[in-house]
Amino acid sequence: MAIGERDPITGRHTTGHEWNGIEELDNRVPRAVIFFLIVTTLFSIVYWVLMPAWPLGVTYTKGLLGIDQRATVEKAVQEAAARRAAWTDEIARLDFAEITKRPELMRIVRESGSTLFGDNCAACHGTDAKGNPGFPSLADDAWLWGGDPETVAETLRIGINSTHPETRFAQMPAFGRDGILDRTAISSIVSFIRNNAQGIDDLGPLDSKGVKEGAQLFAENCAACHGEDGRGDPAMGAPDLMDDSWLIGSDRASLIGTVSQGRQGHMPHWEDRLTETDRKILAIYVTEIAGGRAGAAR
Amino acid sequence: MIAGLTATERQIGLVLAGLVTLMGAALGIAGRNDVLGYQGLLIVVFGALVMIALLRNLDAPEPDENRLAEYYDDPIRFGIVLTMLWAIFGMFIGVWVAALLAWPELTFDAAWASFGRLRPAHTTAVIFGFGGNALIATSLHVVQRTSRARLPDQVSPWFVLLGYNLFCLLAVSGYFAGITQSKEYAEPEWYADIWLVVVWVAYFALYIRTLARRKEPHIYVANWYYMAFILVVAILHIVNNLAVPVSFGNAKAYSAFSGVQDAMTQWWYGHNAVAFFLTAGFLGMMYYYLPKRAERPIYSYRLSIISFWGITFMYMWAGSHHLHYTALPHWVQTLGMTFSVVLLVPSWASAANALLTLNGAWHKVRDDATLRFMMVAAVFYGLSTFEGSFLAIRAVNSLSHYTDWTVGHVHAGALGWVAMITFGALYTLTPAMWKRARMYSSTLVEVHFWCAVIGTLIYVFAMWNSGIIQGLMWRTYNDSGTLTYSFIESLVAMHPYYIARTLGGLFFLIGAAVGTYNIFMTIRHEPLPLSRRAEALGTDRPLVPGE
Repeated sequence: MAIGERDPITGRHTTGHEWNGIEELDNRVPRAVIFFLIVTTLFSIVYWVLMPAWPLGVTYTKGLLGIDQRATVEKAVQEAAARRAAWTDEIARLDFAEITKRPELMRIVRESGSTLFGDNCAACHGTDAKGNPGFPSLADDAWLWGGDPETVAETLRIGINSTHPETRFAQMPAFGRDGILDRTAISSIVSFIRNNAQGIDDLGPLDSKGVKEGAQLFAENCAACHGEDGRGDPAMGAPDLMDDSWLIGSDRASLIGTVSQGRQGHMPHWEDRLTETDRKILAIYVTEIAGGRAGAAR
Repeated sequence: MIAGLTATERQIGLVLAGLVTLMGAALGIAGRNDVLGYQGLLIVVFGALVMIALLRNLDAPEPDENRLAEYYDDPIRFGIVLTMLWAIFGMFIGVWVAALLAWPELTFDAAWASFGRLRPAHTTAVIFGFGGNALIATSLHVVQRTSRARLPDQVSPWFVLLGYNLFCLLAVSGYFAGITQSKEYAEPEWYADIWLVVVWVAYFALYIRTLARRKEPHIYVANWYYMAFILVVAILHIVNNLAVPVSFGNAKAYSAFSGVQDAMTQWWYGHNAVAFFLTAGFLGMMYYYLPKRAERPIYSYRLSIISFWGITFMYMWAGSHHLHYTALPHWVQTLGMTFSVVLLVPSWASAANALLTLNGAWHKVRDDATLRFMMVAAVFYGLSTFEGSFLAIRAVNSLSHYTDWTVGHVHAGALGWVAMITFGALYTLTPAMWKRARMYSSTLVEVHFWCAVIGTLIYVFAMWNSGIIQGLMWRTYNDSGTLTYSFIESLVAMHPYYIARTLGGLFFLIGAAVGTYNIFMTIRHEPLPLSRRAEALGTDRPLVPGE
């Protein structure tokens, strides 16, 4: 097509150029485009006048509204804290026994405890608080270090085998790896434990071997921490071996592994991350789960 | 293909491939105590393969002199095949990584298959592998046809195409080995980055030299977009990747920027990579193949100009909208947001220019799935640019940021716009390049079209839902003023959407596989007899040397 020729379908002129068969119509820019360019530009100019916008060397235009995101967020955080103060102050002031007697506080403890648990504890202890291998269940009444709210709050504060200077510390020695006991002795101890603990219903032929020797070896090697009766000692975080709650597993292989290779669990300390009020809420929340009163995490 | 090169060109190619092999060997030896050694080995293998191919044909007869009277399309054909191979690989990894989010066991406990390595392999393979090869192949086609000029030589297009694919291979294999500089869409480390600069400068020179040889008085608008793509990507790539290597024998380098400056540089890069790689380049593609297929003139030349300069100017300011409510000063966020809002106008002007071009050809859109691909691409371009400007508004961003809404937005653009315009262009280009009357099967094009549309819609709707639910869950407070939901509860709520997203991606992958098969069969099909070519393909204006 030559310059000025018309497109037969729309009747519009072309620009007269052609590239390998492609042509362009000489249509005007639609009014809507101009209109919206003006509208959006005006919006921008108004926004620049009102808000922090353009750099001026070492400073910038502050905007007529005087809004600054840092000040805004600080104010919002303060206001939210002030609104929560009505009950956070109460929880901070009262001791555990008093808090549990106040239904309106307990409603908040359960509500906010559930979220705190989900965000901070569930990764290891599970969303249902029933634990995972190596991570204790918080939903039963078996506690390594004690299950009253004060003790749980302390565990939360300093952690177990953590980097906190006051951390709780516990270690199960590696009786096999360190050459304290031979394989037969370890097998006997495991047989003794499996025949005496509650709720073990998968006893096999191996379990009947060495039970008697095991009792003797247990008294010599294990009772110092786990007690003469094997009921454990919360003062040093030694688990009760006679109940039906197991950190790793009650099967023979797991127990042989534990006695032979030792164990040392790790729980981070939360003093640097959660406020005292939050830790108090969590302590009450998990002891409630353990007592079966609140049920699992939702 | 090698037979089309002159003896001198074959020798130059051999020297270049030899130099690359030597460089790879030097890198491998310097980095023998590091994963860098394997990257060096990969370069050596790549260079050696090219050398072997050239050596086997070194004594082939000189090509026909008449070749200079035709366009040089060998690299374009090769580029089309590479495009589809990268598409299949990248989209497969995409489906895998999507499934991984729904079923975390799918890492199979292998380090190389962890999310952090698969995800950049997916993004690099689809953006740079699939998108980049499509851009290089189509740009070399468009610049020749609209300039009525043959590429200036036969070595540099091969250097650009093969060099670029070497970069993509280094990048993706590096991720699996754990090499990354942890900058989104700029993960490759220093040695790959330097190599890409060399390749990119050659690409820029090739493009300019071809334009300089043009026999048309004006430069067609598609070329403006391709030029903007090449030029700005060079600037972005060089600045964002400024870094100091630990040593020349170590893959790791440390960025020249730190803290909030690093974040701002990264998102200036990231957003403009979207703008100039995924938008400008593909607009160039659209401005050629859409009017060509529709056989309609562009609706408005003036609208092209307004939107070109609007897009190139405005996008440069918009990157800070990725950093709303962060340590980035408030005033920078304001500028990013306001320019993003204005940016909507030239973006929609481009989409409108494409759709209005179809006036008088809507019956073709109805009947021809290839043209329909490009029409739907223009619609998705409009949708995702609207969404982009909307999400850039601070108040909206406070809900959407860090959620799957962003992922949905990106895929509305990547699947709906970038991939669809590419498939439309490839279905137009492939028969022409192999001198066939049409694609092997128009039914399969139709199948691909519907797989792509269904896949995109499932994907985008799943991510809109999951993103908005996530955003709302994260900001819901109960009466006592504490958060109602834990993060893990929002994850549980996402699970069904992650399954849906995987399904959407799978549809898209199946479509791409069908397309690849169709292209493969078109290539294998008998070419048209010479006598019928002019009638069926007679679209190219003849290239008359010395005119």
